[in-house]
Amino acid sequence: MADKRMTPAQVVAQLQDGMTIGIGGWATRRKPMALVREMLRSPLKDLTLVAYGGPEVGMLCAAGKVKRVIFGFVSLDVQPFDNHFRNARQAGQVEASEMDEGMVQWGLRAAAMRLPFLPTRVGLGTDVLKLNPWLGTVRSPFADGEELVAVPALKLDAALLHVSESDEKGNCTIQSPDPFFDDLFARAAKAVFISCERVVPTAKLINAQTARLQPFERSLVTGVVELPFGAHPTASAPFHGIDVKHLADYNAAATPEGWADYQARFVDLPDHDSYIRACGGYGRLAGLSLPVF
Amino acid sequence: MTATAPDYTLAELCIVACAEAWRNDGEVLATGIGLVPRLAAGLAKLTFNQDLMMTDAESVLVAEPVPVGPRGNYQVKVEGWMPYLRTFDLLWHGRRHALVGPVQVDRFGQMNISAVGDHAKPKASLLGVRGFPGNTLNHPNSLFIPNHGPRVFVAGEVDVVCSIGYNPARWPGGVKPVDLDLRLCVTDLAVLDFGGPDHAMRVVSLHPGVMLEQVQAATGFPLSVEGMPPVTPAPTAEQLEVIRTRLDPHNLRATVFKGNPGGVRQTA
Repeated sequence: MADKRMTPAQVVAQLQDGMTIGIGGWATRRKPMALVREMLRSPLKDLTLVAYGGPEVGMLCAAGKVKRVIFGFVSLDVQPFDNHFRNARQAGQVEASEMDEGMVQWGLRAAAMRLPFLPTRVGLGTDVLKLNPWLGTVRSPFADGEELVAVPALKLDAALLHVSESDEKGNCTIQSPDPFFDDLFARAAKAVFISCERVVPTAKLINAQTARLQPFERSLVTGVVELPFGAHPTASAPFHGIDVKHLADYNAAATPEGWADYQARFVDLPDHDSYIRACGGYGRLAGLSLPVF
Repeated sequence: MTATAPDYTLAELCIVACAEAWRNDGEVLATGIGLVPRLAAGLAKLTFNQDLMMTDAESVLVAEPVPVGPRGNYQVKVEGWMPYLRTFDLLWHGRRHALVGPVQVDRFGQMNISAVGDHAKPKASLLGVRGFPGNTLNHPNSLFIPNHGPRVFVAGEVDVVCSIGYNPARWPGGVKPVDLDLRLCVTDLAVLDFGGPDHAMRVVSLHPGVMLEQVQAATGFPLSVEGMPPVTPAPTAEQLEVIRTRLDPHNLRATVFKGNPGGVRQTA
């Protein structure tokens, strides 16, 4: 059986300029931030991101890695806007392919099912079609003859996801209350890299009662990276909550000097342990309370 | 207004007015985006529509509204699961009524939360269209506007049309989508709906002490008015009790409007 464990650097070595990369999670929950920081340290550029966006989008934009973002929103939840993403958009630096939140999962689902598109009414009558000329329309072949929006398959070159636990083969669990659309990201991608709180033996990972916590099967998984608190500063329930203070400091650092300072303190570090220490250590992160809205 | 009417704030008046959106909805998911809409949904459920469903704003359905702010020993009364995947399934199926807070609204009820200015290089990049296109095609929507003014209620179309509204020029095939249903619009000045000719925005009631001319002057397009609109009903003692003790025990609503003004405007 394949042992798929790898390092963050080995993951990023498999990514290339110009790729379309899907990032799992939702806003400030279960974002694969340690893998994103590895991308920030790399020379990657001209990326297209597909995401229910959180701080990963702003960080990759601030570092000049992004050509285009396909998104329904980019938000830090407790603070509605990511100022780094706002700066990039307001400067016209990134192409904003902005869709309805439901259309994003619909395009991922089309790719997951290897269909060219899926139809929906969503988007009709709004500026979504005008802003996204790459979307199409299609007419129902049945008696209703209804005109519908065709959401093209959002095919991903790679998906980066942060799950709860995994075995070394890529059998994984998402133990947080919402699995979001990580399963669709995985199935829409040519290669899937998961970070997890810990790698555990299969027998300790899952049993007949907990099998439904597995979001997708191991055959989709290319690489497994053990990164405790690898989602920080976003939440990874039930292990830890959102680091609201860290996100506020990051959001306040949306100037060239501010970002340079943030990068020096939290990105340009030799390894994940150094990052955890820079954020106050494992004890502090374990004490971050779960989000309450 | 009688001498025994309880004192209340503008925020409390708006919460009570917003709650009316769900009065006759029956068993639908009530989603209130933002503090006032969320408290309003809770008020509706705890007073006149117990059949409403709602979430903890995270991932579960709750049998009673979760109080806002620090919860102390409060235990969430879970009655089901509502991850985002199911939320999309539910809302595309139609049994939901959302009360939302757009940044711009036009005469057609089209809303903007995406960007101000040119979308390619906006003056202000905002949230994104989020769920607005799908929400407005699939289920009823109501609006809460805490800053009624001509920069919100704009003269032309909104800068980015995020939601479908009563603009026939944009309807697919020129036909009104069957599920397009814009209901109430509660502002800091008045309650409006889309019941005027051709779904024009209509003044339903004026908040105590607010003049009709004031509302029209703060709106970038003509409002429909039938006779002299009544005064928005004051919260009842029961409603205030539910808001103050059960839904918002930490008085977060005091932060909605600058200076937390009273519900009755003092006319000069």
